[in-house]
Amino acid sequence: MSRATATDLVYLVAIVGFILALKGLSSPKRARLGNLVGAGGMLVAVAWTFSLPVVYSHTRNLVLIILAIAIGTVIGIPAARLVKMTAMPQMVAIFNGVGGGAAALVSVTEFISVPGKSLAIYKICEILFGVLVGSVSLAGSTIAFAKLQELMTGRPITYPAQQPINAAIGLAIVALLVVTVVTASTTVLVIVLVLSLVLGAIFVLPIGGADTPVLISLLNAFTGLAVAASGFTLNSTLLIVAGTLVGASGTLLTRMMSQAMGRSLPNILFSAFGSVVTASGEGPDAEGRSVRAGTADDIGVLLAYARKVAIIPGYGLAVAQAQHTARELADALAARGVEVYYAIHPVAGRMPGHMNVLLAEANVPYDQLEEMDDANQDMATTDVALVVGANDTVNPAAKNTPGSPIFGMPIINADLATNIVFLKRSMRPGFAGIDNELLYDPKTTMLFGDAKDSLSKLVAAVKTA
Amino acid sequence: MIAADPGLMTFITVFVLAAFVGYEVVSKVPSILHTPLMSGSNAIHGIILVGTMLVLGQAHGPAQLTLGFLAVVLATLNVVGGFVVTDRMLHMFKAKPDRKPAADADARGKTDPGTGSSTGTGTGTPS
Repeated sequence: MSRATATDLVYLVAIVGFILALKGLSSPKRARLGNLVGAGGMLVAVAWTFSLPVVYSHTRNLVLIILAIAIGTVIGIPAARLVKMTAMPQMVAIFNGVGGGAAALVSVTEFISVPGKSLAIYKICEILFGVLVGSVSLAGSTIAFAKLQELMTGRPITYPAQQPINAAIGLAIVALLVVTVVTASTTVLVIVLVLSLVLGAIFVLPIGGADTPVLISLLNAFTGLAVAASGFTLNSTLLIVAGTLVGASGTLLTRMMSQAMGRSLPNILFSAFGSVVTASGEGPDAEGRSVRAGTADDIGVLLAYARKVAIIPGYGLAVAQAQHTARELADALAARGVEVYYAIHPVAGRMPGHMNVLLAEANVPYDQLEEMDDANQDMATTDVALVVGANDTVNPAAKNTPGSPIFGMPIINADLATNIVFLKRSMRPGFAGIDNELLYDPKTTMLFGDAKDSLSKLVAAVKTA
Repeated sequence: MIAADPGLMTFITVFVLAAFVGYEVVSKVPSILHTPLMSGSNAIHGIILVGTMLVLGQAHGPAQLTLGFLAVVLATLNVVGGFVVTDRMLHMFKAKPDRKPAADADARGKTDPGTGSSTGTGTGTPS
């Protein structure tokens, strides 16, 4: 068997591993195994690549490859292992971005390694696609990372004449792509690279923090396509298949995620363009409205003598690592005969499924977890809606205020419960950066403080009530 | 120009078929797995590492060597970070009470804690 055939076969094994990985990740039962199978496929493919003469023939280059992999590993593993669970979405964003950057660099390097105009036109097109999409993914993911890491505001960022400026940059890139194809000029390619980075950044700036997970999923699909383009450039079936798998599954996943938020993808991507300026000044001013703050003892009594309590967790629960304490409270209430359920918004927290993950960690029984639609049916007969560190996902503005950035997003209808209790650190708005009417509702009692402390106090209060 | 490169048509065929496979294989995903799936597929496009190795292996001159080197570093970050983060996320799912899959999910959790991350490490071990 020739080396080329052996290589193709080994790479085929890796491809099968990737398909099985995606398949496994689609079911809770096999997800972890699926990920390991994917990692196995990756290991096999990379290990085999070291046996190819194109990789080891120049010793200096081989040393550089090994050094680069060592550097990436030394940085990547601690970063991925030490990051807090709450910071996972931005880690996915940045690891996605560097993949896009790598794909763009592969395309650029291939371009400059071939002298003059000897490249076929379709080769230049493949390279340009890789550069464009990879750079957009890199810059976009970096901005998404900065938003989630709160290095910059999570709010949509708008500026005057945003749409004309963005359109002009887009058109300039299209024109330069044509110029590159005709002239095969490296200088023009570099300008395309820079403008693509700018495009990626301005594409992401107006997208609000709450929509960022959907955006990261889309950029993930972009990187997949950039990798597939690199595969065309390098004549590598492995890269084409793996990149396309991610591109296609990522596109579908992006659609599923936006559906979970009850919004269309164009709405998420472009709604802040223009509309947000009017929307942010929306709503009556906070002045003149009073907020009722309660004590833990009062609220403990309210909970202890309720018949039905809904716990509505959000990002605050995740930050405070309060999932175990939430469970203690639920157990204390259940011991008194109170019916308790958790109302789970699909995008509560900063990534879809965030709350399920946290509550599963605290061994919350599955039958107590209610998806949004079921929870909303029960809400009208619920005595107390206990909102733990959530805000946007219970904001009635999503139903009542056309023009609000979150208008149209399905929410947990906490406003239908007889009483509402908010455990919040402060009156600060949620991640979407908008005010919440519900905090000022006469039915609402606030308990300020860290979610975990507040829950502990409530547990004590319920036990003595 | 297409006639000059019969391989191109094969690649396009592979591309289209792979797109359908990618679409079909994740057609039904419960919302709790959206994030792990996103993270897992993120790790898979780290296969660009193989491409960057091929490029750096053949690079000449400071410009190509620098770009190629940077590309390998970035791609490695994508691979190891992607798989380790995904494994950590899925680790959270291991103990699931009151549910049928709990038995084998639990058993897996006990037999291979940490192998996920060491597999991630393994990606770099050829060095």
